[in-house]
Amino acid sequence: MHIEREFRGEGPGGRQVLSYYVYEAPVRLWHWVNALAIVVLAVTGYFIGKPLPSMGGEASDHYVMGTIRFAHFAAAYVFVFGFIGRIYWAFVGNHHARQLFILPFWDKAWWGEVFFELRWYLFLEPKPKKYIGHNPLAQLSMFFAFTLGATFLIVTGLALYGEGAQAGHWTHTLFTSWVIPLFGQSQDVHTWHRLAMWAFVVFVMIHVYAAIREDIMSRQSLISTMVSGHRMFKD
Amino acid sequence: MTETFYDVLRRQGISRRSFMKFCSLTATSLGLAPAFAPKIAHALENKPRTPVIWLHGLECTCCSESFIRSAHPLAKDVVLSMLSLDYDDTLMAAAGHQAEAILDEIKKKYKGNYILAVEGNPPLNEDGMFCFQGGKPFVEKLKYMAADCKAIIAWGSCASWGCVQAAKPNPTRATPVHKVITDKPVIKVPGCPPIAEVMTGVVTYMLTFERLPELDRQGRPKMFYGQRIHDKCYRRPHFDAGQFVEGWDDEAARRGYCLYKMGCKGPTTYNACSTTRWNGGVSFPIQSGHGCIGCSEDGFWDKGSFYDRITDIKQFGIESNADKVGMAVAGGVGAAIAAHAAVTALSRAKVKQGNASQEQKQGE
Repeated sequence: MHIEREFRGEGPGGRQVLSYYVYEAPVRLWHWVNALAIVVLAVTGYFIGKPLPSMGGEASDHYVMGTIRFAHFAAAYVFVFGFIGRIYWAFVGNHHARQLFILPFWDKAWWGEVFFELRWYLFLEPKPKKYIGHNPLAQLSMFFAFTLGATFLIVTGLALYGEGAQAGHWTHTLFTSWVIPLFGQSQDVHTWHRLAMWAFVVFVMIHVYAAIREDIMSRQSLISTMVSGHRMFKD
Repeated sequence: MTETFYDVLRRQGISRRSFMKFCSLTATSLGLAPAFAPKIAHALENKPRTPVIWLHGLECTCCSESFIRSAHPLAKDVVLSMLSLDYDDTLMAAAGHQAEAILDEIKKKYKGNYILAVEGNPPLNEDGMFCFQGGKPFVEKLKYMAADCKAIIAWGSCASWGCVQAAKPNPTRATPVHKVITDKPVIKVPGCPPIAEVMTGVVTYMLTFERLPELDRQGRPKMFYGQRIHDKCYRRPHFDAGQFVEGWDDEAARRGYCLYKMGCKGPTTYNACSTTRWNGGVSFPIQSGHGCIGCSEDGFWDKGSFYDRITDIKQFGIESNADKVGMAVAGGVGAAIAAHAAVTALSRAKVKQGNASQEQKQGE
């Protein structure tokens, strides 16, 4: 594998520690901003479908639903333009930045690694392997759950937003005008958008668990890599 | 010379004053500038009348019932008196062979120039035997009359989407008009029934301007179906404030709060109810305290309960919705993660113990 930069240093106990620069600053920044946006989107989205208990008094005294929807739409814009920026970085960034978008689908050896990782997670392999970028199983799940999932959520989400923004707004022209007829009507788009939200919640759960577990169990750094950008090998 | 609309109206005993009032109202309801009222009047006075043939397939006649209640008395008179002259088997006086002969006559005399209004839809199973008229399956009558028409108006959700007779499992294979007639422009005027003023508005627009109203991608006139009920709902401030009815007899219901939590389909329904309202602008469902059921949307019978916001999805069982499915999956995955973590911790402890005992042995 091509390695751009390699660092060597002293680890605890005088051991040699190898580290590689994997995630460039824009990727790391995007990761954490995106993570925050997803949390806001999921929570506010849940309450848009199932609103909080009713407020009393005058309508003009409150703006609860309006605020929740505003937070959802604001976070959605961050998510959408973050995603676009991330796609741009796949072109100009290092080769690790492309892992989210391109699967080595026809590479037999890569599929072998996927199955190795599956076996590792099923406790059938005693020792994990080392990967500089994403491990193949992570890359696979990230591509299907995140890249395709986010695309689906963005397209349906902008179509629903365009319904409120109405004809003439760019979201209506670019998305609502064809997404709603494609699904048949608006109610189905709402249902699918919500199902996709749940799929995303499941992805986040697995993603966080796997990251923490691998950080402890595997032979490389995981969480600190997404902060510093450096992948360190422990042995 | 063939008579004009105005001739027909005068013959029906409608005064010129009422006629002018109708022209102004129509201009307004079509969203046109006041200058268009005299243009509409001019067109109605001078253009030869375009006949409208009104066919009835599998339907409940609620579209006709709505249509004859068009609020402005003249709007009803204008179109209805003209329609009754041609063909509408529910409303016209003629019957039997006499009535059916009108179809042939119009088809010949106004070839390519009459408007075909279809209420209901043709069932296609068993060669269309589930709807039989004048000794023929309705689907044949529809195809026969559609062959020489100028355009088709699909009245109501039946003709536009299929509606209740096309709801799952659709035993008669009731099929919306646009899927049977594919070579003619079809204007969908969905609703169960559509609003009377919307129906007369669409007909008047086509008769006066001799062109189709601007349609959206699903074939509905933009002027009436361009916005959702929610966008123009008078209870919208309660929605934004987060004030919801939580039960049919609670204080919030009495105060007229938003019906979103009661499953109102206003946010997903494109129609003019919250603007035009019903029965001469008296009211509409939400105003009378019941949520919108989304009757003008495709397949609204198959989208779960009228009283749920997160509607049921049949693929996962009858009583299941996105939240139930999502929470079940998330719960399952959560449990799996916990179990996986436990096994990981155990096997790690074992390995560590092994290492420790090895180190101990080496130490010895």
